[in-house]
Amino acid sequence: MKRMKSYSLVLGASFVSVLFVVMLISLVYTPHPPNEMNIRERLQAPSVRHWLGTDNFGRDILSRVMVGSQTAFEVGAVSVAIGLLGGFLVGTLAGYMGKWVDELLMRATDALLAFPGILLALLLVSISKPSLFQTMLAIGILSIPSFARVIRSGVLQHKEADYVKAARGLGAGHANLIFVQIAPNIASSVVTTAALSFSTAVLIEAALSYLGLGVQPPDPSWGRMLNEAQSYLAKAPWFTLAPGLLITLTVLGFNLLGDGIRDLRDKKS
Amino acid sequence: MQMREAAAIATEASLLDIRNLQIRLRRTRGAGLSVLDGVSLTVERGETIGIVGESGCGKSVLSLSILGLLPSAMRIGGGEIWYEGRHPLHTMTDRDIRAFRGKEIAMIFQDPMSSLNHGLTIGYQITETLRLHLGYSRKEARERAVWLLRKVGLPRPESLLREYPHQLSGGMRQRVMIAIAVSCNPGLLIADEPTTALDVTIQAQILDLMRQIREEDGTSILLISHDFGIIADMCDRVLVMYAGQIVESGTVDDLFERPLHPYTAGLLRSIPTPAKKNSPLYSIEGHVPALHERGAGCRFASRCAHATERCRTEQPELVAYRGGHAARCFLAEAEGGNRHAAV
Repeated sequence: MKRMKSYSLVLGASFVSVLFVVMLISLVYTPHPPNEMNIRERLQAPSVRHWLGTDNFGRDILSRVMVGSQTAFEVGAVSVAIGLLGGFLVGTLAGYMGKWVDELLMRATDALLAFPGILLALLLVSISKPSLFQTMLAIGILSIPSFARVIRSGVLQHKEADYVKAARGLGAGHANLIFVQIAPNIASSVVTTAALSFSTAVLIEAALSYLGLGVQPPDPSWGRMLNEAQSYLAKAPWFTLAPGLLITLTVLGFNLLGDGIRDLRDKKS
Repeated sequence: MQMREAAAIATEASLLDIRNLQIRLRRTRGAGLSVLDGVSLTVERGETIGIVGESGCGKSVLSLSILGLLPSAMRIGGGEIWYEGRHPLHTMTDRDIRAFRGKEIAMIFQDPMSSLNHGLTIGYQITETLRLHLGYSRKEARERAVWLLRKVGLPRPESLLREYPHQLSGGMRQRVMIAIAVSCNPGLLIADEPTTALDVTIQAQILDLMRQIREEDGTSILLISHDFGIIADMCDRVLVMYAGQIVESGTVDDLFERPLHPYTAGLLRSIPTPAKKNSPLYSIEGHVPALHERGAGCRFASRCAHATERCRTEQPELVAYRGGHAARCFLAEAEGGNRHAAV
């Protein structure tokens, strides 16, 4: 096979896998307990003892961003799962049924898309008590429209394909047609959307947490760390740098990965 | 095969009996434009019926209507479709008719390249039909699939089961399609231009295979083609369709030796043969009238060299003559079916 010149795929995949490994390590090991306070060592610059310095309570920043990656991945994965599930339901219903069902669902989707994402997330979160689950649910619902659109267009495209007609001619039922015949063929476009939604989810979670409406203490979150750090911007710049960089890298990594997968697919077809 | 014959004698009903079938377009004013007009045909057990005609004559619509697979723009406007004399396919809901699709009546489509799902293995695509209709276990279905692949003349069936359609050639894919179609031992096989997308040598092999299946299993075949050669080769009886109607029907010999309808004669004359080398290829002038262009008279009148005033204003009926040879033409009527049509 010819060498794929897809830098975005390689770069994206490496960013994401490094972050993933860091997250896995944080589950079993952090250099210091992430919530251990030490007033004597507060706001220290990076050193051998604290690689990324310490925060205003003397907690080790490296340990905290490592644990924060767990939150980021959890929020990303769960909200993508919610979005995928909802989007699959809406998208296949709209694409397969067509007619007024399609019209109704797609206009509802448009309405959801027309809303600024962060505003809607704020609304959903502030309706009830902010928590990790609320955040994930809000972000998941937000990502339903993009999944629904991709899946609907895929279903529309494959619904009329010869092999679907042939399967119907052999007596296949609706469930078989949707799940077995059509779904695998649109999986690759859904994967791209999933990667892009993942990065959006991480970003929105960070934003909500920064505003104090997302993940609540003591759960560490990159967005919350940014919030805490901004008061010490002049005194301890490394404090903001660590979570900021990680948010950027994660978002960049997943975006590149999504683009790379899309390029790979386009090249194949 | 003996069992099928016994059953045929016992019930005395035709395997497939289509009576006066009308297919109309939905959502048109009035009664709606009709795509098929009063099509009747019967298929007996073990028989091969051919349907010929140009593109747009309604051959495929006819075949799709049998299994309730009509495009959503069309509906059955009248007439009946009976399977084995007791199953009214024309009134069945989608759910009920599903039990017939692939089990009692199977279809082979034109293009084997696109009729197999490229995302699923050959093995899965064969076994899913078996498991659906016959309730086979995974293991039974697999064994039957290997047997089927061997039956349709494919090499190394065991490893083929794990392969994907893109790894197979066109001829092999059509063999797989046929294996899937005959997997549940259907009584009727509908083959809609089964060899059009294949090259000539493969064509012959596929036709041989279909003949073999007919002999071994006693399956009836409804063969749709625009190729008279294939029809002559395979069929017992032939129906010629034109603009949504049957214009002539009869045995292969009758039709080839003594065509009664000028359209049939024209089709036969336009077959290239070595004897006609160096002379320009014959073709019937004009085109098949579109749905809204069909007038009150004979639908072939605008292209017929012998059309009279009566042909343009009055619709001829399908009249049967000697030996069940039938034609829808005033000229044949005037001659009492005695003289065959000239072009």
